[in-house]
Amino acid sequence: MTTVCSATEAVADIADGSTVLVSGFGMAGMPVELIDALISQGATDLTVVSNNAGNGDTGLAALLAKRRVRKMICSFPRQFDSWVFDGLYRSGEIELEVVPQGTLAERLRAAGAGIPAFFCPTGAGTMLADGKETREIDGRLHVLEYALPGDVALVGAHRADRLGNVVYRKTARNFGPVMATAARTTIVQVADVVATGQLDPEAIVTPSIFVDRIVPVGGQA
Amino acid sequence: MSLGKEELAAAIARDIPTGSFVNLGIGQPTSVADYLEDDAAVVLHTENGMLNMGPAAVGDQVDPDLTNAGKIPVVELPGCSYFHHADSFAMMRGGHLDVCVMGAYQVSATGDLANWHTGAPDAIPAVGGAMDLATGAKRVFVMMNLLTKDGRPKLVPECTYPLTGVACVDRVYTDMATFDITPEGVVVLATHGPTFADLEELLDVPLIAATGH
Repeated sequence: MTTVCSATEAVADIADGSTVLVSGFGMAGMPVELIDALISQGATDLTVVSNNAGNGDTGLAALLAKRRVRKMICSFPRQFDSWVFDGLYRSGEIELEVVPQGTLAERLRAAGAGIPAFFCPTGAGTMLADGKETREIDGRLHVLEYALPGDVALVGAHRADRLGNVVYRKTARNFGPVMATAARTTIVQVADVVATGQLDPEAIVTPSIFVDRIVPVGGQA
Repeated sequence: MSLGKEELAAAIARDIPTGSFVNLGIGQPTSVADYLEDDAAVVLHTENGMLNMGPAAVGDQVDPDLTNAGKIPVVELPGCSYFHHADSFAMMRGGHLDVCVMGAYQVSATGDLANWHTGAPDAIPAVGGAMDLATGAKRVFVMMNLLTKDGRPKLVPECTYPLTGVACVDRVYTDMATFDITPEGVVVLATHGPTFADLEELLDVPLIAATGH
């Protein structure tokens, strides 16, 4: 059963030490209001899974700046505007696990689909495969990659109905749909919530079964 | 005369087969898009989740929800589609993407690619989709200068930088020459300024002259 609630209510039970999946590619699809609520809530010692490690000073970068994140799992931390992460990393205040972008997506997909691990050709023969089990399949080297489930997913989307069906907007979709499937509790922020039945069933990207809490935050509808 | 960046981009654009699905890497490879003819019907893929991506957005076209992989605002082309990341990388890893064009620090004689990490102790490693592209695209084109700024070859017997992919590069476009990486060795497809003998002198890699040269 999906509930529609405030950002404060939605993040209230996120525990210290949680693994938090955070959608977004740069700021597109970044659930800024949910992250702000998480900062106010105070949970710490978090492991955050996201494509990037924060941009500028808002959203994920703000959470990092509060030193609430013990470990970052991402594909591309280093950017022109990732100064918050860069500072923490260089001073040894945050752990980093770099994962190829597609492997990150597939580990999340696997977690949501009940696949505990899979063999993947990406990264075979590189330092990102160091220490990992490998197997030659059809004459090609593959790396054993494990599913990456979250305790909670914070997803930025476009619109939901009251039942919890979700649609996205343009390239802000990015990691949202896979992260929504991969966490025990999925919280989705949307610009607006419409009555059940008002979304085209053929166009729904994340069906309500994957969504626990919907938070309307306003903005572009 | 060696090729300038624009001429290099134009040369790559000419070699992309009509109707291909193509991913252009962040940075210089993005400029290849400027030289694709409309009738080539090339469909650009951006790994953050779009096919038929258009050019950079200007003025009030800018929409923060619509960017390319370099996080630059872009526009839609007719027939574009959006999809999530797992689907986007299935397009690469699943062998659906015809060509990718990437930059490189180094390419080895056997087609190993190094383009994501200098390996320097103070560098923050960031791989993004480079390994997925190198592993997944049907053909991997590299676009780079043949020499580093201090004159050392970037086409090398073995990469000294951390690898992005093993034996994954098919063709290397440089300012001085174009090379095919083949099971037989490195074939010089075209030269831009230096002679074949000059290249043999310059590079520590055995070279094969293309048939007909």
